Amino acid sequence: MPNNMSRGLSTVRLHVLQTYAFLARNWHLTRRYWGWEVVWFFYSLTSGLSVVFIAQGAEALTGQEVGFDVQYLTMYLIIGTLVWRYLSAIFILTSEVIAWERWEGTIEYTLMAPVHRWVHLIGQTAYSLTYGLISTLIIGIAMALFFELDLSNANLLGAGVVILAGSLSLVGIGILASILPLLYPERGAQMTNVVEASFLLISGVYYPVSVLPDWMEAIARISPVTYVLDGTRAAILDGAPVSEMQQYVLPLLLLGVVTLPIGLRAFKAAEDYAKRTGKLKRVG
Amino acid sequence: MQAKRPLDMRQALVVDNITKYFHLPKPPLWKRLLGAKEILPAPGMLPSVKNDGKEPVVAVDHVSFTVARGEIFGVLGPNGSGKSTLIRLISTLLKADKGSAKVFGIDIADDEMGVKQLISRVSVDAAFFKKLSPMENLLYGARLYGVTGPEAAVKAYEIMGRLGLKRSTYSEPMEEMSRGMQQKVAIARAFLTSPILLLLDEPTTGLDPRSKRDVRAFIEELRDSHDATILITTHDMEEADSLCDRVAVIHNGKLVATGTPDDLKRSISNNGKPPTLEDVFMVLTGEQLSDADGADASLSD
Repeated sequence: MPNNMSRGLSTVRLHVLQTYAFLARNWHLTRRYWGWEVVWFFYSLTSGLSVVFIAQGAEALTGQEVGFDVQYLTMYLIIGTLVWRYLSAIFILTSEVIAWERWEGTIEYTLMAPVHRWVHLIGQTAYSLTYGLISTLIIGIAMALFFELDLSNANLLGAGVVILAGSLSLVGIGILASILPLLYPERGAQMTNVVEASFLLISGVYYPVSVLPDWMEAIARISPVTYVLDGTRAAILDGAPVSEMQQYVLPLLLLGVVTLPIGLRAFKAAEDYAKRTGKLKRVG
Repeated sequence: MQAKRPLDMRQALVVDNITKYFHLPKPPLWKRLLGAKEILPAPGMLPSVKNDGKEPVVAVDHVSFTVARGEIFGVLGPNGSGKSTLIRLISTLLKADKGSAKVFGIDIADDEMGVKQLISRVSVDAAFFKKLSPMENLLYGARLYGVTGPEAAVKAYEIMGRLGLKRSTYSEPMEEMSRGMQQKVAIARAFLTSPILLLLDEPTTGLDPRSKRDVRAFIEELRDSHDATILITTHDMEEADSLCDRVAVIHNGKLVATGTPDDLKRSISNNGKPPTLEDVFMVLTGEQLSDADGADASLSD
């Protein structure tokens, strides 16, 4: 009898194949929407350059010699731009795991396939990490054409460790945010953009969080983006050794360890709710 | 994939008293956070309180039937009668409020993943990534069901060729294909994963006569050469008559009759003229199918 259960794939091979299905599908979608990719790349590059040029224009703005290191501020803003680009790509692509299906009208097909939800989320997460890394590298190379990057004092390994730990917690929060389009078919995807914008405001992407009002600074202290930015800047601008990265890496790992299982559990609960109330129908 | 338990091959599908309500009044948020669910009404009763401005409805109302292995079983009814909700319940896309459904002996509520491995569904709106090509969509679907890329590619070429799809369209975006072509690719996708229970939700609605004929021939081939059991919903009485071994008539969420098309036709008299399934529907429900379509179109289907 021909059926799905006689194909003889081991469980591990099956899960790898299913993970690859999501990776390959997303790659094909990115390729087919290449025009939009060019637009997003251009938009990200120009907005990043616009912010960094503020440092370069400090003297012209004030009309007098500034009392700070312009090169330091330039690097500070470049790091903010690139780290934010990477983390926001992870957050948005992970949180859009359901939104994409709704936009394309495939939500019912994908969710009735015999795929464990954690395999589905690993596939989407793997793509978001790959996409975030490659697109950020391209923008970083493009920015290097405009500004002199001083990496003489940088501890790139330390920065990499912090960013890796930060990716974990952003994936956990992205999975939590991905529930919104399950619960709110019409407005869920818009809500995830509000969450992303809030991270941008409170996490010290372009300024230290100490300049924020006290209540916002308190929230910034539980944002993983704050720790990633602080740690990356300490490693690249101040050359802080890996041993000093613990103060950034440990909170990030803790946030990841907490948000990932909560995200998976909440996703399951939201999917059950959507199946009980008929919210999986293609809309949005 | 490995079966968790042996399959019961005697009955492909056993639906027992399955019921689905929509828009029931919700308990307060704090109670829902503590796990409280909607209070289900007594049979035949619906609360008058609206939920988010919508009247409570019973979309599938205590429906029971069985489908034998290898059968083509039709569910007939107008738009809004509960056909698509019934298919969604069996497809694991909805959770039933009451009753149960078993696919080859596996209870959907107990082992959702086990059921998903056995079924495939083709819906009235071919659900594809419209920018992707047929081949990219088919490979995606096949991998989800455990078919490797090379194996799926060989089968996909063969199936699409048999369905009359031009080779030049295999790598073009789906959005550039006609609806009939898209629906053929949807059938090919279901075929590719070799389901033993295929759920077809109005697969020929909106297709031109030739495409309808092709799709029907393909469904029969699937049953005959692949040992598949097929549950098909339709409001095309002629299609049901020619394709289905048995049919169930559903109206306002309730099952009103089940039998072979010939038995159902024999069960009514038509002033000496040979009755059609359309006549059967009219006698059983008191409505013309076209009238019922318009009247019930606003329901959740």
